[in-house]
Amino acid sequence: MIPRPHVDWFALAPELMLLGAMGFALMGAVLLPKENRRDFGALSAAIGFTGAFVYAVVIYVHTPEPQSVIADSVTRDRFGALAQVMICGAGLLVVGVAYANRMRDEHVAEFYALLAAAGAGMCFLVTANNLMTLFLGLEWFSIALYILCAIDSQLEGSLEAGLKYLIIGGFGSAVLLFGSALVYGATGELAFNQIADAVSAQHLSGDALLVGGLAMMIVGLGFKASAAPFHQWTPDVYEGAPTPVTAFMSAATKVTALVLMLRVLRTAFPQEAHLWTIAVAAIACASLAVGNLSALVQRNVKRMLAYSSISQAGFMLIPIASNNELGARALLFYLIPYAAMSVGAFAVITARERELAAPVTLDNLAGMGWERPLLGVAMGMFMFGFAGLPPTGGFVGKFYAFSAAYEHGWTWLVIVGVVATAVSLYYYLAVVRAMYMRPASELQLGAVPVAGGAPPRDALLQTSVVLALGVTLATFFAVQPLIDVAKHAASALPF
Amino acid sequence: MAWLTTAMILLPLAGALLVWVFPWDNFTAGAIALLVALAEVGVWIECLVRFDFNQGGLQLDQQTSWFSDLHVSYHVGMYGFSLWLVGLTVVVQAATIAYAFWARRTGARAYFGLMLLLTAAIVGVFTAQDLLLFYVFWEAMLLPLYVLIGVWGGPGRLGATIKFVIYTMAGSLLMLAAVIVLGLSQGTFDLTASWQSSSDWLFLGFVAAFAVKAPLFPLHGWLPDAYRESPPEVSAVLSGVVSKAAIYGFIRIAITKFPEPTKDFRTVILVLAAIGLVYGSLLAFRAPDVRGVIAYSSLAQLGLITFGVFAVNDLGLNGAVLQMVNHGLISAALFLLAGGIERRAATGEFARLGGMARGRPVLATVLMTTGVIALAVPGSAAFAGEFAILAGVFTRGWGYAVVGAVAIVLAAMYMLRLISAVLHREPGPAVTPAALDLRPAELAAIVPLLACLLALSVWPAAITERSFTGNRAGAEIGAQFGGKP
Repeated sequence: MIPRPHVDWFALAPELMLLGAMGFALMGAVLLPKENRRDFGALSAAIGFTGAFVYAVVIYVHTPEPQSVIADSVTRDRFGALAQVMICGAGLLVVGVAYANRMRDEHVAEFYALLAAAGAGMCFLVTANNLMTLFLGLEWFSIALYILCAIDSQLEGSLEAGLKYLIIGGFGSAVLLFGSALVYGATGELAFNQIADAVSAQHLSGDALLVGGLAMMIVGLGFKASAAPFHQWTPDVYEGAPTPVTAFMSAATKVTALVLMLRVLRTAFPQEAHLWTIAVAAIACASLAVGNLSALVQRNVKRMLAYSSISQAGFMLIPIASNNELGARALLFYLIPYAAMSVGAFAVITARERELAAPVTLDNLAGMGWERPLLGVAMGMFMFGFAGLPPTGGFVGKFYAFSAAYEHGWTWLVIVGVVATAVSLYYYLAVVRAMYMRPASELQLGAVPVAGGAPPRDALLQTSVVLALGVTLATFFAVQPLIDVAKHAASALPF
Repeated sequence: MAWLTTAMILLPLAGALLVWVFPWDNFTAGAIALLVALAEVGVWIECLVRFDFNQGGLQLDQQTSWFSDLHVSYHVGMYGFSLWLVGLTVVVQAATIAYAFWARRTGARAYFGLMLLLTAAIVGVFTAQDLLLFYVFWEAMLLPLYVLIGVWGGPGRLGATIKFVIYTMAGSLLMLAAVIVLGLSQGTFDLTASWQSSSDWLFLGFVAAFAVKAPLFPLHGWLPDAYRESPPEVSAVLSGVVSKAAIYGFIRIAITKFPEPTKDFRTVILVLAAIGLVYGSLLAFRAPDVRGVIAYSSLAQLGLITFGVFAVNDLGLNGAVLQMVNHGLISAALFLLAGGIERRAATGEFARLGGMARGRPVLATVLMTTGVIALAVPGSAAFAGEFAILAGVFTRGWGYAVVGAVAIVLAAMYMLRLISAVLHREPGPAVTPAALDLRPAELAAIVPLLACLLALSVWPAAITERSFTGNRAGAEIGAQFGGKP
């Protein structure tokens, strides 16, 4: 009989909560009459994300020391729990954003089921502690996201986005899997900490198989984090996918991929740090260059934000490349306002899309700041936050990220980051310019189909935007408590 | 009474929120903003009364940890010269808000909220005693200015804002890099701690930010557009107050914390200031419109003030502080007058102006008085300031003093040209007999600025002898700021 490991169900509570929500939403899709499916699905997903959020908080509180559970395949620690909190928070906001979206009614409950499933996969992935659970979690949330991207088949580009994401994401996963296999081949171990032990016990540091595997794993995770040069799918997928899905991808996927990258690199490959710090720094610089320069020329706001998310990935790779405790703290802190700003920004775009029934460009944003003061102010603050201007958490996050690079002794990386920030200001402020400084009457919009009449008020979407705005601003003022949380979470990693 | 400084930052902030959140009509929003601005002046007077000039040093200070792992704190307080600069800020802001209230800006809630936010940010820059906090307020100045110019500016406003933002952000981000490196290498971001640095690169990072914002030659590319395209009261704030934040940075950070690099780069900076002084004066003399003259004269005046600061001696620094206040009041008054002229003639071009004195005695008197003080006629506050600066910089080389003296002659030329082109000659095509004299409301905004200038003309020592502890600015500038009194 195969020995059955002891299962710490509590460590899996967030995932189980979300899987339960998925099951409920799916049953609703089958059993309930059409008109109730949307409400039921949204409610299930909302309850699932809320419950998972609460469980993650409880796990955070009750796990001062990291524990390996379920035969060392999963870690229960504050690092993962904090990432789960961010993922579930982003998911909850996305439910609010998506609720009023014109989704084909027969698929609406499946949409929420998939959202919960993707959230569960991400929550699982950030606690992964061996190469198997790593790949399992990665595929789990990726497959859910492939479908989510393609779910709105009425939307031009949605299917294309799903297919592109599937093919390129599949390629990324394959590279990651190949890398994992090489690492396993080199060390004979699956669990991250045992890989590190085996490397030091067998003096494998610098071994070609191991380094090759490490490089391929970085590439595979780079695909998920949409870091250059593995970013090619990002603009098309972000633009084509339904905007609430884009919001979820840009916030939660980024959290997952970056947190996991830090965990893998730090736990499994501490001996190779002299190699991967440089590799990650190079990827960061490439992402900053590609993301910022490409974003400068975009007119479509979703596409511009896609490139901006590439450059943001670059900013958040800087603390990973720094390979120090301050860097881990910086990454975890930065992700909080970043996730809020991403969801918020795409939520505003969702609202504008609904109003115009057309893709949002810099031209048809004109006058929005005056017509919809709440959304306009919020969008402005999100843009300021992305650009790292006070009074937003983005400023503090960037400050910490640069501080980490300086502490590592890489002042040049600080300079690169600062230059990239200067470039990024141009396109972030272009959104503010478009919303406030060019009255709609000044533009020849031509045949843009305006939905007409007073714009529909969407209380749930506005609540999500207000919450995201609150997080963006609060992370500027209440730095100390959040940085303490990030510090405790970072202490779960072996530095 | 340590909370008074914090109150000066929070009061306009609260006012801004009050204006933004509730659906006031345009008139009420403006009235609230004006009341808040006046209350801010009141709080400043309270600070002035409580400030002990004999004791000197940092006063009314308050410190709370912001995030402790990198030793960043919310630390605000005022030195003698900060107190005067804060005073300049609140007086000019009250005048500009009053002017905007009278001019009935559209979108009043957004407009006045941003003006109050700008006030809070500028007061924050002048009182911050923590490097990162200083940077935060420094950036916070940019956002309201960006929107104010971009939304309420003239036809070329989009180009002007882009230039303005690119120039200032390039400078500020260099400063951010310097702040991070400096703060982490010193182990504290507190400016009152007694550390000094001898790194030339960090010094240049700070100087870049300050030199763009001031602006110093050759970083003034944004200046003509921004000053021409802004609403007149925003130009008044920009040239009157925001430029002083840069000079404040020179005094508080550059020369205080970098004594060695200051010595190394003194000649370069003084030469650039001299070029800016002459070049700005010449451009002001050739400028075709009212705002052009004021804008370029601002470039020249900031060169002169930089002379005083980088002389790094008693006379120079005291003169620089006095001249900062003078120039702030003068250029604010001039920009508001320029706004008044443009409202009447729908243009600021000299070719279409002229003869406005006839039938408009009040306008003529006010413009003449401001202009005469601006050209530093003996007995005026500006004369006292410029004299002290030139005497101070003389010890660093007589050549600088000669350039300064020449520039004062040039100042007389461009200022008299402005006065004569607007007030005298034959009435220009844009001046109709229907254009009224200055209205009482405009006077209410401009006359207080003039009154402050006249008071300073009578008693310039109010500032020159009360800016630095024991009136010993240069000799002990390192020791002055090195640690709490």
